[in-house]
Amino acid sequence: MTRRWLSPRLVSLACALCAAGCHSAAGPDHVVTVWAMGREGEVIERLLPQFRKLHPEIHVKVQQQPWTAAHEKLLTAVAGDATPDVCQLGNTWIPEFAALEALEPLGPNAAQSTIVHRDDYFPGIWDTNLIGGTLYGVPWYVDTRLLFYRRDLLARAGFAAPPKTWEEWSRMLAGIKALVGPERYSVLLPLNEFEPLLVLAIQQPEPLLRQDDLFGNFRGAGFRRALTFFVEMFQRGWAPPVSDTQISNVWNELGRGYYSFYISGPWNIGEFKRRLPPGLQPTWMTASMPGPDGPGASLAGGSSLVIFRRSRHKADAWRLLEYLSSPDVQRQFYELTGDLPPRRASWRDPRLAENPYARAFLEQLERVKPTPKVPEWERIVTQMRLVAERVVDGKLSVDQAAQELDQTVDAILEKRRWLADRGAAP
Amino acid sequence: MRVERAAWAFVAPALLVIGIFFFLPVLAALLVSLTDFDLYALADIRNLRFIGLTNYWRLLQAPAFWQALANTAYFVAAGVPLSLFASLAAALLVNSKLARFSAVFRTAFFAPVVTTLVAVAVVWRYLLHTRYGLLNYALGQIGVRPIDWLGDAHWAMPAIILFAVWKNFGYNMIIFLAALQSVPADLYEAARLDGANGWQEFRHITLPSLAPTLLLVSILTMAGYFQLFAEPYVMTQGGPMQSTVSVLYFMYEEGFKWWNLGSASAVAFLLFLLILALTALQLRLSRGAEAA
Repeated sequence: MTRRWLSPRLVSLACALCAAGCHSAAGPDHVVTVWAMGREGEVIERLLPQFRKLHPEIHVKVQQQPWTAAHEKLLTAVAGDATPDVCQLGNTWIPEFAALEALEPLGPNAAQSTIVHRDDYFPGIWDTNLIGGTLYGVPWYVDTRLLFYRRDLLARAGFAAPPKTWEEWSRMLAGIKALVGPERYSVLLPLNEFEPLLVLAIQQPEPLLRQDDLFGNFRGAGFRRALTFFVEMFQRGWAPPVSDTQISNVWNELGRGYYSFYISGPWNIGEFKRRLPPGLQPTWMTASMPGPDGPGASLAGGSSLVIFRRSRHKADAWRLLEYLSSPDVQRQFYELTGDLPPRRASWRDPRLAENPYARAFLEQLERVKPTPKVPEWERIVTQMRLVAERVVDGKLSVDQAAQELDQTVDAILEKRRWLADRGAAP
Repeated sequence: MRVERAAWAFVAPALLVIGIFFFLPVLAALLVSLTDFDLYALADIRNLRFIGLTNYWRLLQAPAFWQALANTAYFVAAGVPLSLFASLAAALLVNSKLARFSAVFRTAFFAPVVTTLVAVAVVWRYLLHTRYGLLNYALGQIGVRPIDWLGDAHWAMPAIILFAVWKNFGYNMIIFLAALQSVPADLYEAARLDGANGWQEFRHITLPSLAPTLLLVSILTMAGYFQLFAEPYVMTQGGPMQSTVSVLYFMYEEGFKWWNLGSASAVAFLLFLLILALTALQLRLSRGAEAA
């Protein structure tokens, strides 16, 4: 990197040579390189035969990336002008790559498309791909957090249905705690995950950043309410103050009734089905998140498909992106991965519509909210988790934590403010 | 005069290469460490600011940096003596007249050094596995409950130390072996005639003869161990709970995960200063010991 800074000509020459080399190796002109991560990277090839039949002229080259190194590899690729044509991008990363001006705006394509219909997508998920009103990605699959819970324990505590509000939830947590005694708990909120607290925080009407995302808003009433509730769950002994690495097996522990509520994501449907013994299968269920006063929102996570600005095959890339977005392919994709589709048409498939565990997700997906769209968000949310851990530990009060967090976050956002002052809106 | 010019001509190619590929990048990194080179600067170089020593100042106030430093210090403090001890012991064993097949053992002990780190890390992850690992199986035989080596914040660093020492001790062993073989045999003969036992021989002949080598090896090992990176990167990714984040791993995350290249370069220079200071201290101490 330092050399790029010192001598951009030298490096761009090197890159040009590399690009030329790569292309001559690739052969025909319609080559679309796709990067996909983790499990998705493993299965995407199996979705492609149909596409190859439809578009024999387009040659799709899939490259798998491990999730643990994906972010670094993408940034390095941007710095070194070696980006693929199409890429699976975690939707919280979109602001970052949009700030780097690495992504191709897709608005015009989507407006004309007969396959990608904006109105068919869950609005919160679609929104994560809009940065300053420009569309930079098309949702591929969604990931949100909601409650996994023990039906039988809830019934024994005297409750027929899962909670709709925080107040109801509190009563259930207290009831279950009274039932299971001091050795066991009502809810698992792993302290090494930021998601549980973030879900509670995002349910608040106040945003987490204020003034065009230039300052932290953690001192606001909303976040303090969320943190207070979060900490209360530990103080009352409803939640054990542990990280999930200290719980050797989260699935067995739910089965044993070590806790009765667990905030987690769609991949755990499959895990619970596989890991709990048949006798315990009827005891667990999923429910959408309760909110401060009525059904609550949750996170709009997941991955989108993006096209890089440097791509020389944007038309072909868009064709592939459309193909992967069509409901039939998404159903096949769900079958292979268990990843939940981002559009309602894909949910009409009986395998999804009739899956009792997925129903709560469908309900929740209508109520998902994006997190603030700043490249610094991942660092901010990491700080939020660290501060919350100290509050739970009794080292800080909620107000102190909110104050400290705002200070840290304001420092992280300093460059953003400087850029905004210069008029170079990021 | 002519000889001097010829000398320069001979040295020039090497100097040129070192200059371009070492000093120039180092100088550039020093400059970058005085700026806030980040994601925004990557997008547009006009977003770069010269901020003086702010990066250094911020790092010295960052708990995460101190945690990384503490983790690294732990690794060095436990790993370097362990590595020296293991390599010296191995060298003595291999060098012993009683040892048979010493060539075989020498090769076997040296083998981990030349294996690929990533490949053996995979093997070690099996060895360290909580339920199926050989290590926990062996401990289980003597009644120790299974340890979650790589998942427990207290045990992850010891596991990394064990792995790193195993991987590296063979290299130092070879150096010690060479030094041992250069100790004149008549010294031992004389000592034996005076009635010295094995321990006395080791204490008064072997160890003093090895002193310069020991110093060299300890400096090299310390400098190397301060640059711990690949082991946690492959085995734990810095976890659990940041317990295996070394200074270099911290720098890597700062630089290539968050793309704060300014701050990452500052980390590199802080680490450089630290190693320099400790090496100077080590040299001074050993000189003091020699003089005494």
